Amino acid sequence: MTDRLEGREKVTGTARYAFEYPVRNAAYAAAVQASVGKGQVRSVDAEAALRLPGVLAVLSCENAPELSDTSDGELALFQSRTVSFRGQFVAAVVAETLETAREAARLLRVEYAGEAPDVRLRADHPGLYKPDKVNPVFPADTEQGEPEKAFADSAVRVDAVYTTPAEHNNPMEPHATIAQWNEDGTLTLYDSNQGASTVQATIAKVFGLDPSRVHVVSPHVGGGFGSKGMPRPNVVLAAMAARAVGRPVKFAVPRQQMFATTGYRTPTIQRLRLGADEDGRLNAILHEVTEQTSTVKEFAEQTATPTRILYQAPHRLTSHRVVALDVPTPSWMRAPGETPGMYALETAMDELAVAAGIDPVELRVRNDTDREPESGLPFSSRNLVACLREGSERFGWAGRAPEPGARREGRKFVGMGVAASTYPAYQRPNQATARAEPDGTFTVRIAAADIGTGARTALALIAAETLKEDLADVRMEIGDSAFPRASVAGGSAGTAGWGTAVVRACEALRGKLNGAVPPGGIEASADTGEELRARAEYARHAFGAQFAEVEVDADTGEVRVRRMLGVFAAGRIINPTTARSQFIGGMTMGVGMALMEQSVMDREFGDYLTRDLAQYHVPVCADIRDIDAAWVEESDPHLNPMGAKGIGEIGIVGAAAAVGNAVHHATGIRVRDLPITPARLLQAL
Amino acid sequence: MRPFAYERATSAEDALRRHQDGAVYLGGGTNLVDLMRLGVEEPARLVDVAHLPYDQIELRPDGSLVIGAAVTNSAVAADRTVREGHPVLAQAVLAGASGQVRNLATVGGNLLQRTRCSYFQDAAKPCNKRTPGSGCPAREGEHHNLAILGWSDACVATHPSDMAVALAALDASIRIRGRGGERTIPIEDLYRLPGDEPQRDTTLEPGDLVTAVEVPALGVPSRYRKVRERASFAFALVSIAAALDVGDGRVRDVRLALGGVAHKPWRARRAEEALRGAEATEESFLRAAEAELEAAEPLRDNAYKVPLARNLIVRTLTELGEES
Repeated sequence: MTDRLEGREKVTGTARYAFEYPVRNAAYAAAVQASVGKGQVRSVDAEAALRLPGVLAVLSCENAPELSDTSDGELALFQSRTVSFRGQFVAAVVAETLETAREAARLLRVEYAGEAPDVRLRADHPGLYKPDKVNPVFPADTEQGEPEKAFADSAVRVDAVYTTPAEHNNPMEPHATIAQWNEDGTLTLYDSNQGASTVQATIAKVFGLDPSRVHVVSPHVGGGFGSKGMPRPNVVLAAMAARAVGRPVKFAVPRQQMFATTGYRTPTIQRLRLGADEDGRLNAILHEVTEQTSTVKEFAEQTATPTRILYQAPHRLTSHRVVALDVPTPSWMRAPGETPGMYALETAMDELAVAAGIDPVELRVRNDTDREPESGLPFSSRNLVACLREGSERFGWAGRAPEPGARREGRKFVGMGVAASTYPAYQRPNQATARAEPDGTFTVRIAAADIGTGARTALALIAAETLKEDLADVRMEIGDSAFPRASVAGGSAGTAGWGTAVVRACEALRGKLNGAVPPGGIEASADTGEELRARAEYARHAFGAQFAEVEVDADTGEVRVRRMLGVFAAGRIINPTTARSQFIGGMTMGVGMALMEQSVMDREFGDYLTRDLAQYHVPVCADIRDIDAAWVEESDPHLNPMGAKGIGEIGIVGAAAAVGNAVHHATGIRVRDLPITPARLLQAL
Repeated sequence: MRPFAYERATSAEDALRRHQDGAVYLGGGTNLVDLMRLGVEEPARLVDVAHLPYDQIELRPDGSLVIGAAVTNSAVAADRTVREGHPVLAQAVLAGASGQVRNLATVGGNLLQRTRCSYFQDAAKPCNKRTPGSGCPAREGEHHNLAILGWSDACVATHPSDMAVALAALDASIRIRGRGGERTIPIEDLYRLPGDEPQRDTTLEPGDLVTAVEVPALGVPSRYRKVRERASFAFALVSIAAALDVGDGRVRDVRLALGGVAHKPWRARRAEEALRGAEATEESFLRAAEAELEAAEPLRDNAYKVPLARNLIVRTLTELGEES
């Protein structure tokens, strides 16, 4: 139980975030967004803007320097006249002050040749296609046995379509960058991101630099949820602007502009078919997904992938179809793919439980498997059943009346729901160094990112344990591309991947230590690439079970979550304090997904209308009354030297389904379109 | 943000004098400053009136209240005389925004806050309220949370204030200091329906300064209920302010106002009329609600507000009936 090491800096305001670095002579950038949904920039009239005192430069497709690499359409800033979606950055102003920059941006006159954008995702869109792969490298489709026939022949069947809306990540700290070109031609970026090494490599390519000439500094990051996993246009804009004016440039994306330019979760349309025998044993699983990407860049989300691993069934089919619409580019958002996919699968499982007359916990236990159904690989460890049992016990599941609508307290319907969770236990190659200092302390470095997860603290604990030293004697340094290369903070792979490199570096250092440490210190380094390539083949995943109790107001359709419990099996938990925060943070985000989060697309103009946190609702403290997370001890020898699985995403996966299933149990109403709002429930109450 | 001048008024006369072309009064700024950042409001001059001596809540011997326009929302909600004598008002204020916003927001500013319709808030889109004659995309676009009563083809926006809904039910009056001197008007006469001039939220004339709200005594049970997707910090889907006086099983007096349904706080006069003298039963509450909502003309995506408003009226009156 270790407190966050940088907690004091954070609560006292001394922890420095990207926009706050005291660079000398900084100028400020403001971006102009396209006000048509599709078309061409006809002209950019900068005269009025340039007349404003304090304006240093205007950048647009009419004068922007050519970038060295434009293969990533999201980052090919101002490289063409084409407008691919409303809200795309089409110009920028650099000025002495932020206020002047914003005012000048307002004065910029951009003329367009506009066309009506095509922004509506639908299951019968003529542009739907099968992507070569879904994020990151999964096949788009899989099929085993005779799924259609097996489904038709099944005794108990569920055939339902679920939809989830677009959702936006909205970290507290906006995407922000300070770019500074140094006299030697190198570029320094103070940047808010989920991986300094990734930003370094990507931006170097975009500007045609050797990566060693780009230095990314990001020791503290105020959240990301995936949206900062890859550099977004803001980084390119800041660097381009700084070069244009020959001064450091600060650029933070205003909240309203984030909704078009920093990624979001694609909306989905998912058809689920489950066929089972009378005892609820699955015979056929078919999961067909429709989703969107932009015309700028393909992002095909892996929505149906958890269906490939969660339950046994001899006949199976999963598929992904994508359409490139005139919309902002979707990207990673906390468990991209798995989160909406598991909402649909675990709601369908609840519908199957109802159809078969079997307790939903029992149904899931009956369909457990010790091999990954589609690959046939053994699981490195799989304790889904233990989570379901432990959760049932702790939550008081046994007292639940099976039939929906049975429990009423005054004007409230009360119900309980359950859903399983699963998320892959990824690990990626990483490097780290460990140093013994002459004063008896140790310095461990890796370019990892702590986006609020507690990664810094977990890594320090891993280092101290490996070195067999006091935590107080270990200095953990992260968030800087000058440190050994690290994988991105994403895919719940941070602690597992970075931690392995830290262990190996610390082990190597211990091997070098005999006697006194010389004045220059002793350093050892590690690279886990080879170790990972040599790993045995196992299906590695974390599991969990989520339980929710909700009340639904009979008069208004308001849903409030009274209690929620997640029980997880995620290997060894390195630091219970920050782990619990991660779990309940994910669960809270799942409550938001179930009940309120949605980005509303305007069909006429083609942009997301919800553009701030007053309109885009995430849960507030008053919504999270009693939420708790627990975990089962899991010993898994096939993971990494810590025995740890990632936990950043397992908390959200399944959470929305648990809430939705509880709403059904409370009211007998099955809402298959998220979020479950009073408007949707009132129609049926 | 467009550059602007900032001045602090020292008295009502001073405020009026400073309120020249392109000037706007500034209270707590919790709405106005947001709109300035969005480029929706572009005043050349801000005249800060939050520090004028209108920061007291006065309880008069007859139980009525005079609430200064510069009193903060937090102070209204925390005031003992308000909580005891006019609970519907304290509840309405507490249902709005967050503690941080309520600490800054003022009564005058709260009453004059502008719609949160997303087309109004995006200066890059047409909006008759923001740019008269430019059109109303909400009518065919996203209007899930917009008006079902009293809207016009020019505008389907709703008024966002919770406090104003309670004040409408309480028969409050607004004290105004204008170029022609001081006047007091019923709150119903302050707000207007959109008609073909949706750019005008109120009947205020240029320079008019709201100085206080007068709230008559209330001797009967009252309450405010607000429906929203999350438990705090959200505008109402529908809200209700109600006060009910029941004697011998019959309704002696009733006050009802709805929020989130119209361009202004909607005083439910038809329902009130149907109820006065009627039996205080769920059946008559339902009949009254239906009488009021007969006038509702929901848009494509907000028909849910009709049963929601109906249920709220019935449930809130039933609960108040049980109290009285």
